[in-house]
Amino acid sequence: MSTSTVEPTDFFSSANAARSGVRSLWSKFLSAICVGLALLTLVPLFSIVFLVLKNGLPLLSWSVFTELPPAAGMTGGGFGNAIVGTLIMVGIALLLAAPFGILSAVYINEYDPYSRLSNAVRFVAKLLTGIPSIICGVFAYAVIVLTTGGFSAWAGGFALAILILPTILLTAEQALLGVSQAYREASYGLGATKFQTIWRVVLPDALPAIMTGIMLAVARAAGETAPLVFTALFSQFWIQSLREPTASLSVLIYNFSTLPFEHQIKMAWTASLVLVILVTIANITAQVVFRRR
Amino acid sequence: MIKSMDPQPPPTASAPGTNVTSELAHPRADFLKVTDFNFYYGKKQALYQINMEIPQRQVTAFIGPSGCGKSTLLRNFNRMNELIDGVRHEGDILLNGRSIYDKKMEVIALRRSIGMVFQKSNPFPKSIYENIVYSLRIAGISSKNILDETVERSLRGAALWDEVKDRLQDSALGLSGGQMQRLCIARAIANRPEILLMDEPCSALDPIATAKVEDLIHDLKSQFTIVIVTHNMQQATRCSDRTAFFYLGKLIEYDDTQKIFTNPGEKQTEDYITGRFG
Repeated sequence: MSTSTVEPTDFFSSANAARSGVRSLWSKFLSAICVGLALLTLVPLFSIVFLVLKNGLPLLSWSVFTELPPAAGMTGGGFGNAIVGTLIMVGIALLLAAPFGILSAVYINEYDPYSRLSNAVRFVAKLLTGIPSIICGVFAYAVIVLTTGGFSAWAGGFALAILILPTILLTAEQALLGVSQAYREASYGLGATKFQTIWRVVLPDALPAIMTGIMLAVARAAGETAPLVFTALFSQFWIQSLREPTASLSVLIYNFSTLPFEHQIKMAWTASLVLVILVTIANITAQVVFRRR
Repeated sequence: MIKSMDPQPPPTASAPGTNVTSELAHPRADFLKVTDFNFYYGKKQALYQINMEIPQRQVTAFIGPSGCGKSTLLRNFNRMNELIDGVRHEGDILLNGRSIYDKKMEVIALRRSIGMVFQKSNPFPKSIYENIVYSLRIAGISSKNILDETVERSLRGAALWDEVKDRLQDSALGLSGGQMQRLCIARAIANRPEILLMDEPCSALDPIATAKVEDLIHDLKSQFTIVIVTHNMQQATRCSDRTAFFYLGKLIEYDDTQKIFTNPGEKQTEDYITGRFG
């Protein structure tokens, strides 16, 4: 620096330096707390994964995917029927809930956002997200099981569909809200109809976010036990038809973990591991396939 | 065709009051005709008793301070304002002698014949190619020959072909700001509209990209009737034949660009263009 006649300001005087030293220390302290708490949240997450891996890996083999559950007290076997059952019932739930959820979101966001119907749908959907899953099970029991006269995969899928419908609807609405208004204007300006604008511009742009919502819903549905106990029950056998009691991973885990046999308890851990893996695969697939280009 | 390379020529040189439209005979002087037009957003009146005639195949500039109603009027020409809830209009707008509010006139068809370029370039998050052919696809045209031909014609028309011809399938969002805006112009002319509406098309562009778009406006006016909203008075002098000055929802003065900027008839116009307010 050249010598100048201008007096230096007192920003660096000792009193100020001390104060800014305190401030920067305080800032570092708060940053450290944030980092520490973020790391702490990872602890339960990793403990779960660790525990499931530790207890589930020993019995993990090809046969668990291909064989039927062992009878009480017996060893060997697997839970192939439960995997198939879970996939089928989650699939039914998606087929029922995704069209309703996405199209309702299109209505309440694109067609008539401020109408009474839209407000009612939004309100009910928010209410339903907080409903305990067992209520969905009891409802499906009353509506499907009692009227059709038996437990079935249909009933299970129906219960899961009710459970995930609000999640899909609300995340799809958020996804549509996230689509830039400029795209809609451009499309209308080029002479597109409302339907063309939604179908060719809005939905494709919202798709990745909609799929994220669907995957969240799948992860939730695949792990639910209570709705299935009331609707699909369980089965020791491979699924023959959608109108009979159907096995599922979550109910198998519940059943086996309460049995007094060590082999069954270990198998419940392995089933947990498979469930975690399935949900992870579904999530990763969705992210890769629908990643924004 | 006039190709102005000088970014800022003197006003007299760039305002050809008598426009030469040689290849197309008899352009209409009242191609777009606004009569006693009032417009309301809910209870708030945005336009008051507008009367004006916009000539065919010339460039008409709308100038005026923010909120003066120039964009509102522009967005009425293709009825884009109807996408907003609670709007209302009185009076009429005639396109080539026919009311745009005619019950038999479909708003879809109207918007097809009027291209629009927005303030902020808004290419779809699709490929360059798909952006251009969007208006054809929604009209149900799927012949590859026609689509390919349209893409080349439109991109050439928007002076963008040489820059993007080797990456037509790349995302349009990878273009620079100026290229995106020219892509939006290409997309707007793909359908061969009769009118091109431009709502401050250069407000987000740097001077070089702006000069390119202005050159383009010069080139396009032999085929299209262009209405451009601008905050930039030099831009109005550089590229328009006629200029309309709006203030507080009223049309204050509307005349040849050269006259407006050299010898304005109204005090308010003079104050505005000399920078005394606005």
